[in-house]
Amino acid sequence: MLLGKKWERSKSEKQKPKDKQNKEIMLVTYGFVVLFLAMLGHFIYFAAANKEEMLNNSYNGRQALLAAQNTRGTIYSRDKEVLAETITTEDGTELRQYPYGNLFSHAVGYSTKGKTGIESLANYYLIQCNLPFVDKVKYETSGSKNPGDSVITTLDTQIQQVIDREMGIYKGAAIVMKPDTGEILAIVSKPDYNPNEIVTIWEDLLANEDSSVLLNRATQGLYPPGSTFKIISALEYMRENPETYHNFQFQCKGSYTMEDNTIRCYHGTNHGSVDFTKAFAKSCNASFANIGMQLDREKFADTLDTLLFNKELPVNLNYKQSSLLMSDEISNEDMIQSSIGQGKTQMTPIHLCMITSAIANDGILMKPYIIDRVETDKNVIVKQFQPETYGTFMSVEEASALKMLMQEVVESGTATKLSGQGYTAAGKTGSAEYNQNADSHAWFTGFAPADNPQVAVTIIIEGAGSGGDYAVPIARRIFDAYFEQAPF
Amino acid sequence: MQHYVLEISKYIITLFMALYTYECFAVFRFDNEERRRGIYIRQNIFMFCFHFMCYLDICIKTNKIEYLFFFAFQQIALFATITLYSMIYPRSNKLIVNNMCMLLSVGFVILTRLSFEKSVKQFLIVVLSIVIAMIIPQIIRKLMILKQITWIYAGIGIVTLGIVLVMGAVTNGSKLSFSLWGVTFQPSEFIKIVYVFFVAGILKEAEDFKTIVVSAIAAGIHVIILVLSRDLGSALIFFVTYVMMLYIATKKPVYLLVAAGCAAIASVVAYHMFSHIQVRVQAWKDPWSVIDDAGYQIAQSLFAISSGGMFGLGIYGGTPRDIPYVETDFVFSAIAEELGLLFCICLIMLYISCFIMFMNIAMRVKDKFYQMVAFGLGVTYGFQIFLTVGGGTKFIPLTGVTLPLISYGGSSVMATLIMFAVIEGIYCIRQVGGKSVVRKKMGTQQERKTETQR
Repeated sequence: MLLGKKWERSKSEKQKPKDKQNKEIMLVTYGFVVLFLAMLGHFIYFAAANKEEMLNNSYNGRQALLAAQNTRGTIYSRDKEVLAETITTEDGTELRQYPYGNLFSHAVGYSTKGKTGIESLANYYLIQCNLPFVDKVKYETSGSKNPGDSVITTLDTQIQQVIDREMGIYKGAAIVMKPDTGEILAIVSKPDYNPNEIVTIWEDLLANEDSSVLLNRATQGLYPPGSTFKIISALEYMRENPETYHNFQFQCKGSYTMEDNTIRCYHGTNHGSVDFTKAFAKSCNASFANIGMQLDREKFADTLDTLLFNKELPVNLNYKQSSLLMSDEISNEDMIQSSIGQGKTQMTPIHLCMITSAIANDGILMKPYIIDRVETDKNVIVKQFQPETYGTFMSVEEASALKMLMQEVVESGTATKLSGQGYTAAGKTGSAEYNQNADSHAWFTGFAPADNPQVAVTIIIEGAGSGGDYAVPIARRIFDAYFEQAPF
Repeated sequence: MQHYVLEISKYIITLFMALYTYECFAVFRFDNEERRRGIYIRQNIFMFCFHFMCYLDICIKTNKIEYLFFFAFQQIALFATITLYSMIYPRSNKLIVNNMCMLLSVGFVILTRLSFEKSVKQFLIVVLSIVIAMIIPQIIRKLMILKQITWIYAGIGIVTLGIVLVMGAVTNGSKLSFSLWGVTFQPSEFIKIVYVFFVAGILKEAEDFKTIVVSAIAAGIHVIILVLSRDLGSALIFFVTYVMMLYIATKKPVYLLVAAGCAAIASVVAYHMFSHIQVRVQAWKDPWSVIDDAGYQIAQSLFAISSGGMFGLGIYGGTPRDIPYVETDFVFSAIAEELGLLFCICLIMLYISCFIMFMNIAMRVKDKFYQMVAFGLGVTYGFQIFLTVGGGTKFIPLTGVTLPLISYGGSSVMATLIMFAVIEGIYCIRQVGGKSVVRKKMGTQQERKTETQR
């Protein structure tokens, strides 16, 4: 513009020869200015968009700078119970304390030997202090550090305690979330540890590789999904046969043989003549092996893609990707194994819980989140996190058909231990075999109330036996605890 | 009390910088220096206030009164520069002088914060350079021989760069500097100017293809020596300057295409030939995967940039010293951290305004040789800023060049001051030259117009 004006003037001022000379210089000038502005745009965007990620990088010395100015903030549960806080002793040393001991070890994590869980996720907020300047000056003149901002999580101490008590000495994991918002209410992984003693037990934890105490099984544990995977096989069968899936009929003789491979029903049970609903409710392996053989493997691979198998999950805790083989090339054996959730298929509990939540929420997945808001020491909100939609996993019709199937599991199938409550639950059990001796992990994934789901639960108990016997009762306690606090 | 002063000064510093930068562009509203006088005086006031606030912060933070004396010396030097320029060269362009002083004061502030010792050293070199630079416009005006010694420029350039290549001291794998009588120089900074004179001299009447080929070969030798010395940044600046000047001289866009093609081929060849270039590109594409090694510098620079926020952490509030070579190659990141994003935006705008002024001067010079010199120096200056700021912000791969007038480095700051003086000299020629009659007429017309508007 500025140049433009001058250029016009000089054009009128003098005639031809000079004009041509100026045009090239002007083009170069404009070119450079555009280049500069692009660089400026990049610079501003980078500085603004990556603030959190940059500060969290362990190579960034500014974390230490902030730690010298502010005391690490407090982590609260949704009911404002302290989950982690920093105590400054008289001689000025700071201690990070976890009043609940082992209970939140995997959810909240630790912050001294590296950082995990919420301690890592919320680190950016915990080390900052957004108090008004006047308050900061008061702290500084009195010679003490500023109190860091605190983080209020979505975690519910009641539910967390119920799960912890019910799981007892078993290894395993449980995750509870709200399907309509994505709030994570509880996240338990066993075995656990006492984060208050992390410094002293650290060497032992590292030395003992088999126990994998530090692994958060709820997000990082990869397990065969077993029969819970039939939810997905059923979805695909309905997708491929929208008009005719009701007419499915199968004569179960306790096993299904394909070429040299035989699939047996759990404990060899003979289910007799079953339709689609009953095959699902009774978790009939033979029927689902048969269904698997009828599925189009290419299309199934597409469905699994949408459900985020072999893909990144919209989760900001440390997690592992679920893995599965599905394509035109896989053998019939792999196909029938996959359709009942055995073989090479591996899933994390959080992934299964997300699929379950999507079914409960009319096919739409809400992004799971665990930090509700950030507040200053004076309870002024610094940042409020909002529920976010991730995307559509399935149509409303498909979700409601799956709901019906899962409700029947509770009414007349493998999860009858959940029936007859004040609420109607829906779900699917699984007994996933993990070795040659047919030992199995007990699974349950489901939600309640079936007609207006408020809470979704996924549980795995390692090596316990059948899902119906070991996982379902825990789910019942969780639902009980939830509806006791929040009657529907 | 101190806390409040420090906190409020953050905003005041940004405000003065913003006001100064605004005036940089306000200048372009008027066509003659007379009418711009008010703007220039305001700029000087803003500059003084900015400079004073920064040193007030520094004194409060360090509790050392000697910094105040250092500030006083700087103020005297800058004030003397501004007054002497307008006394010796009444027709000089004051925007260039003002911007030069503003950039120098930003440089003094950030260098004092980073290293007092280096800052003092830099200050002494700046004073010496300004004295030298004072006589340059006069030389440009009087020495007509400058137009005729084309091949002497090329000879000086190639021989000097050659000596550095053969005998230069190695710093970080590059041969950049060499010592003479106990003083260490980085000759490529000075050769930049000589080189622009050479290219301007040979291309000023470049009508035949043969001259162009000869000029390309001579320029190519410069670039190749620099590539072999591993001075990648300078090599790029020399290359781009030549190409742009060739385009201006011939007015044929086809040369830009040819050059782009050559550059593409050369970069592919260089990428496969030199491992240090591969390392640089790798560190640019994904510094996080090589953060222990080649990516460390750029990662620290990015940390600094992202931690400052709008108004910065305040002088001494951050940890810019975590960045290796912060005073030379990453001074922009240090400024972003402690003086803030808004300040940096203003700083880049200030550089842009200075660049536009250079180009404006180039456009209006009648003499082809001086036009090409002004243009060439402007491109050198602009492209250098692009390389250093772009490199530090991961916009382009890192090349390790200095930020003109701010970065630490005696050769760099002296060469840049000489460059500014040369352009100032060319501006004076324009003012004195035959055009002045026409300009006067235009000026009065312009005045009449603005008056009737009012």
